[in-house]
Amino acid sequence: MKFNIVVLVKQVPDTKNVTGQAMKEDGTVNRAALPAIFNPEDMNALEAALMVKDQHFGSKVTVLTMGPPAAIQVLKESLYRGADEVALISDKRFAAADTLATSYALRCAIINKVKDYDLVFCGRQAIDGDTAQVGPQTAEKLGVNQITCVSEIQELTAKEITCRRTIEGGFEVVRCKLPVLCTFTDENFKPRPASAKLVMAHKNAALEFEDKYDESYIESARSLGKTVKIDLWNVETIGADPASCGLSGSPTKVKKIDSVVLKGAQVKQVSNTDEGIAGMMQELIVDHTLG
Amino acid sequence: MADKNNVWVFVQQDDGRIVDVSLELVCKARELANRLKVGVNAVLMGESMKDEAAKLLPYRCDEVFVVEDPRLKNYQPVPYTKVMVDLIKKYEPQIVLYGATIVGRDLGPRVASNLKVGLTADCTDLQIGDHVIKDKTWTNILYQIRPAFGGNIIATIVSPEKKPQMATVREGVMKLAPLAKDAKGKVTQIEFNLCSEDFPTEILKRVREMKRVNLKGARIIVSGGMGVGTRENFKLIADLAHVLGGEVGASRAAVDAGFIPKDHQVGQTGTTVRPNLYIACGISGSIQHRAGMAESGKIIAINTDPDAPIFQIAHYGIVGEIADVIPKIIKAFKAKI
Repeated sequence: MKFNIVVLVKQVPDTKNVTGQAMKEDGTVNRAALPAIFNPEDMNALEAALMVKDQHFGSKVTVLTMGPPAAIQVLKESLYRGADEVALISDKRFAAADTLATSYALRCAIINKVKDYDLVFCGRQAIDGDTAQVGPQTAEKLGVNQITCVSEIQELTAKEITCRRTIEGGFEVVRCKLPVLCTFTDENFKPRPASAKLVMAHKNAALEFEDKYDESYIESARSLGKTVKIDLWNVETIGADPASCGLSGSPTKVKKIDSVVLKGAQVKQVSNTDEGIAGMMQELIVDHTLG
Repeated sequence: MADKNNVWVFVQQDDGRIVDVSLELVCKARELANRLKVGVNAVLMGESMKDEAAKLLPYRCDEVFVVEDPRLKNYQPVPYTKVMVDLIKKYEPQIVLYGATIVGRDLGPRVASNLKVGLTADCTDLQIGDHVIKDKTWTNILYQIRPAFGGNIIATIVSPEKKPQMATVREGVMKLAPLAKDAKGKVTQIEFNLCSEDFPTEILKRVREMKRVNLKGARIIVSGGMGVGTRENFKLIADLAHVLGGEVGASRAAVDAGFIPKDHQVGQTGTTVRPNLYIACGISGSIQHRAGMAESGKIIAINTDPDAPIFQIAHYGIVGEIADVIPKIIKAFKAKI
């Protein structure tokens, strides 16, 4: 049995390591100060796909990402771990896409370019938005079933997949027909390290594309490599309607951004002595917080 | 037929019982609907849900739409999406709210994708206001307010051009209103023809463990962070919680360090809590943690670092070692009662 697996990944700013410089004075995020990383749960999804490939010789893992040219870095990381084909969906017209417009572009790329697929894998959510929406939205647009929060693939046959998935306060074991979209979390599927051999083979991977690009747009990615090909797909390549992409295809708009201000009451300094603490406890009992 | 333009809540049931966040959302929907001068509707699917549906009426829900089918007993994405999409197309609500639970976050995006409307994830506040784009003004738009970028910023999202405006809302952030004594709403059964193709998922097994930790309902929470130091020291936290009759909470850092299981985690990726008393022990107070507990009635912070951000929101601040301070608190409490 061979399976065609599409893995959807995203390059994200490392929001877990936000330092002082990462926030501007006005409370907005200084993206330049945050390192760009492979979205962690997407790495778990890639691992799940590579595990299927390990068990089912001849399966093919195709990794897609939508993002700016610099996002080819996550595609290279995928090649280093054993992905067979990768493509960057990139075009100025995809910019400022919300989750709906993103899922539309991914759907177009899967249907019009990848065409044959049995499984679509992605992380449950990305650490920059934490929305967990693109997976289910893409599944709906593809007209396929979904299994979110997969913690184990128990059985995979030519027709069906059986997974264990996390639910509130427990788990479920579910079975459904292929094709299906699955999302993964950091539960199990620990990512394998890059293979030295594959790094040597792909470190100079460069963009290759059939449709027109403004040279200045892809300049930043050009410098990243020159030999092996990474497909670059724009709005025309994936057969998308420009009106449904990017900002114009996004029903949600950011009205405003505020820095987080959690105002507190005036803090009362309590001395670390028996008397100080007894006084505090007395106040809490008197105001019925305690007792 | 119910009015159009109402505010809707997708009501989630687990094993036939309505989950708390759905009740919280009905209360919030009532507030939004009063502002908009429209009604509140709820959608509840399951096997035999009419009695359970009636529990929504004292929360001032005007009409509950119940769709009963034995196959809808446990959530699955395809049939639930189909029912929601069909009902939304038929009744045209202006707002639809879902709990930001595993189920709500599975269902909401599919419905949004089908209807090609916006959906904002994990809201912590909802308001009504106007929105202007160039010369056009939309009035009475839903402001969908949520933390973003790992909790470092708060974004207000709007989707004025498409109806319904949809959002998933975090558990525990909306307050329950007192029950109405003379509930006026009604429960309406909706006949829905679902065929076997609408159920492509086979649920082979479903295991739910009893929740051992009840942070959301706790009046007192004693939480530990990295400053606790070791798993053994966490016993001090548990001792204090036990003496005060509270629950044990933890910061993400303490959970990641393996001091305590994840179901104790308070904060943005854990549970949002609002106890009468929150005692933060050795917790520096990252934005993510503070967002999950800042609404507590009284906050005591204990930390060796006098500049720890947790002191900014505390009512009482004690600079010192946990191992030194906690026994003094226990001693003082035992002496008073």
